Amino acid sequence: MTQIIFDDVWKEYGEHIVLERINLTLDDHEFLAVIGPSGAGKTTFLRMLLSQEAPTRGRILIDGEPIAPEPTADRGVVFQRYSVFPHRTVLGNVMMGPQWAASPLLGRLFGARRRAVEERAMALLTRVGLAEHAEKYPAQLSGGMQQRLALAQALIMKPKVLLLDEPFGALDPGTRKQMHELVSELWEENAMTIVMVTHDLPEAFLLGTRVIAVERPRKDPQAPERFGATIVSDYETKCRIVRDSRRFEADRAQARLALVPDSLLSAGGTSAAALVKD
Amino acid sequence: MRRIINYAPSPGAKVILAILPFVLLVGVYFLGSSARLAIDPADKLMPGFSSFYASMMRLGTTIDIATKQYLLWWDTWLSLQRLFLGLGISALIGLVLGILVGFVPYLRATFEPFFAAFSLIPPLAVLPILFILFGLGEQSKIVLIVFGIAPFITRDVMLRVASLPTEQIVKAQTLGASTWQMITGVILPQVMPRLLDSVRLSLGAAWLFVIAAEAITAEGGLGYRIFLVRRYLAMDVILPYVAWITLLAFLMDYALRKIAAVAYPWDRIKAA
Ligand SMILES: Nc1ncnc2c1ncn2[C@@H]1O[C@H](COP(=O)(O)OP(=O)(O)OP(=O)(O)O)[C@@H](O)[C@H]1O
Ligand SMILES: [Mg+2]
Repeated sequence: MTQIIFDDVWKEYGEHIVLERINLTLDDHEFLAVIGPSGAGKTTFLRMLLSQEAPTRGRILIDGEPIAPEPTADRGVVFQRYSVFPHRTVLGNVMMGPQWAASPLLGRLFGARRRAVEERAMALLTRVGLAEHAEKYPAQLSGGMQQRLALAQALIMKPKVLLLDEPFGALDPGTRKQMHELVSELWEENAMTIVMVTHDLPEAFLLGTRVIAVERPRKDPQAPERFGATIVSDYETKCRIVRDSRRFEADRAQARLALVPDSLLSAGGTSAAALVKD
Repeated sequence: MRRIINYAPSPGAKVILAILPFVLLVGVYFLGSSARLAIDPADKLMPGFSSFYASMMRLGTTIDIATKQYLLWWDTWLSLQRLFLGLGISALIGLVLGILVGFVPYLRATFEPFFAAFSLIPPLAVLPILFILFGLGEQSKIVLIVFGIAPFITRDVMLRVASLPTEQIVKAQTLGASTWQMITGVILPQVMPRLLDSVRLSLGAAWLFVIAAEAITAEGGLGYRIFLVRRYLAMDVILPYVAWITLLAFLMDYALRKIAAVAYPWDRIKAA
């Protein structure tokens, strides 16, 4: 369970109000897409969720607790660029998080523990389709491959929230489509919350379960910086009840497939089968 | 007729062209020297290549009576020792200070202006102070090199740290890295190629400081020898020594470049 609450959040840089009156409650396992014109403050919104910036007014709560004052491992991130470390191989990049967690001093694991992490990392790389590039350096990958690497690198930490800032902005339409499929599958598999900033309206409505538009509702031509942007519209694009019941059905089908052969063999099979039927 | 910048020499021509200035230089010297020797066979200013050879054989293969050493090798050893110690200490100081001050905001606010001011002190102007403080021995020479070079390397490392994208640092934190882990796992490896580069760039200055210190006081060293024999107008020693120093500097530069290429292959890929 992860619930994110923005409670009357403002962000100002000196006189310049970037965001004002941001109120938002985001339930667990939502895919929030943030859209808005350039300079509206979408990145600023994401940075506050990342604790890279602090709100000047109001507060942000995660699961009822005030957000940590610095970036932590429960919130993963993929930026538009520079999300991977150029001095590590693809595999090395994915292994960084777990190695840091397990080895405070050296940041490196050896022997069996290293192999265990390596296996997990390779599984993730296979999942994002980079297994055969494991020994390359990021500079040898295409833009789309680098973004997939950044995703794998973030996902290995099993973050509660994944933050994406125009992650596919620099990709061509074909690659972008592949990335859309990958991200929505990963979102389902890992049951996490995703907040994604995008310029692309179709992308927002395709992927998001909820889409918010950030824009300046009022404008003062003499002093444009006097009014900040806020959430001007909020659509629930994929109804929660529909999603939940679909997932429930899928789970049930899975459970039935798993149980039926067992029930044929064991004597207590009737009760199990009865459970599945319900 | 293409623009002149669009004519590129072939690989073979490149080698020949690269050698050409050296050959020209030697040729011009040879002509000048022969002309002078024809007038005065005892000319000291432009001795012939045979006297270079004779002097170097004398310095390199016979034991000097006063010092009981093969002077050429003894001088080389002393100078290189000073140079390596000075450069090594400078690189270490530059690396540690540069990373810490470049990465930790409080240290940065405290020390960045100080370093900027400190690096403007002309090292040769404080040489007398060093002699007074550290005596006339090895210590003051090495401190002079460190004084002259460490601030440059520190600032260079600091700039490199500052130029790492913020995204990387934030990303590392979202992967759970501590400050120490970010320094060792993200900053240090990406700074190392730059450190090697800035050591390469400091080679010339380091030699300058070695020779300057040796010229003033030493019991041996390449710079010491050059300044010693200057009194006798011994160009037959000075010129080969200068060539020898140049060769040593070139070899060190080459070695550092090779080390960087082998140890940090990703840096080359990125540049390409
Ligand atoms: N550190 C800062 N200091 C001052 N102003 C800032 C700072 N960061 C952002 N801003 C201002 O905040 C406003 C919003 O910036 P932000 O990067 O959040 O926009 P954005 O919606 O992400 O735009 P884009 O779609 O172009 O990425 C901009 O007007 C920018 O000038
Ligand atoms: Mg932005």
